[in-house]
Amino acid sequence: MAYGGYEAEDSTGTRHRAIKILLAGGFGVGKTTLVGAVSEIRPLRTEEPLTQSSALVDSTVGVERKTTTTVAMDFGRITLRDDLVLYLFGTPGQERFWFMWDELVVGALGAVVLADTRRLADCFPAIDYFERRDIPFIVALNCFEGSRRYSVEDVRVALDLDPGLPIILCDARSRESAKEVLIALIEHVLSVADEPVSR
Amino acid sequence: MTSNDDRWLDETAGPVVRPYALTQGRTRPSGAAFDLVATVTATRSRIANPGGLAPEHISVLQLAQAPTTVVDIASDVDLPLGVVRILLADLREFGLLTIEAPVPVKARQVDKNTLREVLHGLRGL
Repeated sequence: MAYGGYEAEDSTGTRHRAIKILLAGGFGVGKTTLVGAVSEIRPLRTEEPLTQSSALVDSTVGVERKTTTTVAMDFGRITLRDDLVLYLFGTPGQERFWFMWDELVVGALGAVVLADTRRLADCFPAIDYFERRDIPFIVALNCFEGSRRYSVEDVRVALDLDPGLPIILCDARSRESAKEVLIALIEHVLSVADEPVSR
Repeated sequence: MTSNDDRWLDETAGPVVRPYALTQGRTRPSGAAFDLVATVTATRSRIANPGGLAPEHISVLQLAQAPTTVVDIASDVDLPLGVVRILLADLREFGLLTIEAPVPVKARQVDKNTLREVLHGLRGL
């Protein structure tokens, strides 16, 4: 049986299914916030404070009060049933940690690219990455207070996305909104499951 | 791992360096690689003879009595992921647990029933 996850049987024969979903986007776009809004955050000791050296690398224009940066991954857990668990991994927002992406992406069901319309170009690399690897993804626009609203179609043109690729508005702080983002991704994965493989 | 070493050797490293002592300085797990969400399950309900095992090995085994994942264990034992992978690989070599091998799955061959279960579950949250 094939699906975007792993299974194992325990002594009672129950399959244990773990599904991996990726959350990508630029630095400070709200990945950790979204994971925290919808799932049980499980700490991995992989964050480091923003040091002076990395502050030179990280652009914090328009991103106030961010004092730590993710060096490995954000990790959220949603237990849907005893034997069915979703794992959310935020991909590192900085290009210097991109070597970790290739590990994260193996076996992933799909991805959410979180975008901030103030810094839309920050999500170009993530979109490019998933397109090249034929990983199903959707784009979620995190509507920050004070950020100018753009229409979904404006964003689609700006990001050069296919007409069929879902783009949704969200508030990464809201549990309901974060749920809708995940539901939109799963629906998208279901819809492309029928399509012939393009390569 | 050489290029990563500098990252740990600052004043914020805290206990990150010391755990590698319990891996005898190894930074890579033995045997076949496994995924972050690979399922880990102990093969025995009781550990008869823990000789040769570090307390951290025992902790990992106890956590794996019911099927769990690599990242869940890393989180629960509060050790760096790299260390946990080495401990898991040791235990696998001893035959004390199984790690379900990562099976990369083309998303377009996804099992739709599982996806529908996920949708149902998310809507019910």
